[in-house]
Amino acid sequence: MTRDTQPKGLQDRMERNIWRLLIVLAIVLSIGGLVEIVPLFYLKSVLEHNRVPEIVWNHAAPGTTPIVEVDDAGGRRWNWRPGDGIRPYTALELAGRDVYQREGCYLCHSQMVRPFRDERERYGHYSLASESLYDHPFQWGSKRTGPDLARVGGKYSDDWQREHLLEPRALVPESVMPSYGWLEERYVSARRIQRHMRGLRAIGVPYHDVDIAIAPQLVDGKTELDALVAYLQVLGTMATLDDATVYRE
Amino acid sequence: MEAGLEQKYNLAVVRWFAVMAVVYLVVGATVGVFIASQLAWPALNFDSPYLSFGRLRPLHTNAVIFAFGGCTLMATAFYSVQRTCGARLWSDRLAWFTFWGWNLVILLAVITLPLGLTQSKEYAELEWPIDILIAVVWLAFTINFIMTIANRKSSHIYVSNWFFLGMMVMITYLHVVNSLAVPVGLFKSYSLFSGVQDAMIQWWWGHNAVGFYLTAGFLGIMYYFVPKQANRPVYSYRLSVLHFWALMFGYVWLGAHHLQYTALPDWTGSLGAAISLAMIIPSWGGAVNGMMTLSGAWDKLRTDYVLRFLIIAIAFYAMSTFEGPVMALKTVNALSHYTDWTIGHVHSGALGWVAGVSIGAIYHLMMRLWYTEIYSMKLVALHFWTATIGTLVYIVSMWVSGISQGLMWRAYDEYGTLAYTFVESVDAMQPYYVMRVIGGIIFLFGAVAMLFNVVMTVRKSLADGGLERARAVPAAA
Repeated sequence: MTRDTQPKGLQDRMERNIWRLLIVLAIVLSIGGLVEIVPLFYLKSVLEHNRVPEIVWNHAAPGTTPIVEVDDAGGRRWNWRPGDGIRPYTALELAGRDVYQREGCYLCHSQMVRPFRDERERYGHYSLASESLYDHPFQWGSKRTGPDLARVGGKYSDDWQREHLLEPRALVPESVMPSYGWLEERYVSARRIQRHMRGLRAIGVPYHDVDIAIAPQLVDGKTELDALVAYLQVLGTMATLDDATVYRE
Repeated sequence: MEAGLEQKYNLAVVRWFAVMAVVYLVVGATVGVFIASQLAWPALNFDSPYLSFGRLRPLHTNAVIFAFGGCTLMATAFYSVQRTCGARLWSDRLAWFTFWGWNLVILLAVITLPLGLTQSKEYAELEWPIDILIAVVWLAFTINFIMTIANRKSSHIYVSNWFFLGMMVMITYLHVVNSLAVPVGLFKSYSLFSGVQDAMIQWWWGHNAVGFYLTAGFLGIMYYFVPKQANRPVYSYRLSVLHFWALMFGYVWLGAHHLQYTALPDWTGSLGAAISLAMIIPSWGGAVNGMMTLSGAWDKLRTDYVLRFLIIAIAFYAMSTFEGPVMALKTVNALSHYTDWTIGHVHSGALGWVAGVSIGAIYHLMMRLWYTEIYSMKLVALHFWTATIGTLVYIVSMWVSGISQGLMWRAYDEYGTLAYTFVESVDAMQPYYVMRVIGGIIFLFGAVAMLFNVVMTVRKSLADGGLERARAVPAAA
């Protein structure tokens, strides 16, 4: 088949041999990804809690203390308080996060405050990488059709959040957000959320046995709306960040 | 037409992919117009979970990228690889498996996305069972393509095939790594990666779905169909070698520019920005090579609307590959990120470049594969103008809204406090969102005209028996 028999240089060889072309391509195509992605898994400077460990809750021994416990009378005893540090989501918060993913909230809301003066004043302290340590997948987003939500926790009351999710334009007339009425009619499944927690634990989220065991009590009678509000209210409230500490170079 | 093509090559699968591409163009653009309208008039969410913006937006992106773009790529890759290699597809069965498998993926996307079954990673929303199906079908497509080249009758592998090959290898890497997840239910899984690593892997995927699927693949289309339609050889072989390898090596790095000023380490974002800037050279190399293929045949643009589609697509390609590196600059990105400017940029690439070159290639295929003239060249002309004007209206409205958003968010008043609340910026976007809907409707109108034209061309071919006669010619010995 070959008309001129002597190949001239590498390019010519590749154009004559599909396997050679394929192998060179496979190598060339892998370089950029390897250089940019692999170091993120082992460089200590990537995650701020390697420098400031106390921003992660229970950092010495993650997963050894339940986040919240329920006594025989059904009372809640929290071992973690807002500001104590970054921790996995409780069963109810995780159920809310599942709803957040399902409804595609990340398509219009970012969860990543950039280190600019205007963002600081509008949203709060810039986001840290460690703050999404337990976020499988990340929810940083790429678009702000609505405002950033990385630090929305505690900014509005639970009632405001509920009402806003059900009928956004009743509270913010200019809003273009859809109404999420159906969240009020759907209940969180305890068995499903336990399965989700076990899955996350299998890929490294440090849940205590009790965190998973008490999930049915935490989500009992809760609607998806309750769960979503619980998730929104914890966003950005886990770690106490101050201006004096340098988290990132 | 030379005789015996129908017997020598598998053109039936190409015909099916080409027609389905046009169907999905209409579907994808329709969903696009609908969700754009929801942002202008939120009542259009109808308080229904299945019609809410957050669930339909992935349907729109998946329909245009994977349904329309995918069917176009498969039609053109299967056609051009056979023609440039002088060999029939390695396996007819694998080719039909690719056709039915890919359409099954699309059907599953149409069902699962409105149900809210999603991995919530942009352009990789489909859940894990569908991801596995995608990987299998994609490999079937790739293996068939590679083996057809291995069986070629020509001595060298033609340039369009390099680009298709680069796309196939890279998309395999990206899809497999980015979709790694732990299943916790039949249609629910969590990404294996978390936080910052997950973000980098997602945008390594996200930008290279653009860079390889929507760029390298469609450059493959350009390198086959522009010379064919213009009846001229590719302008410069040397340039194609250079820009091919620069594109293959460089594009992979760009994902990081989606994460500037985020919690991703600075060095990664800066690296992404630096290489993004350098990418102007290979991108424009490709654009020049495509455009200059017409040298000596510029007069054809006056009469040939199919060629016009291909050339305006290259012009949009040159424009958006200039805009992209500009937006990757850190100072520009600080303003443009999170705004509609990004959406405008995507659409100058998607509507102008990807759709333009696809539409040109499909019209070209209509004439070749149905052995007849296009039903109405006037409709092609109408389509050309509606596609161009619709795209321009769309991107101009997004430029204005995006830059306004960016400026409003960072504006301070005379007392040193933020000048606007967030919702004031939402309110200010209303006219531009309406303008975008109008641009989208103009574009969609052209797409519907194309579908009509395609259907009528097929009917014409069936009526005058062109395809039947081609099939009846006995195979050349």
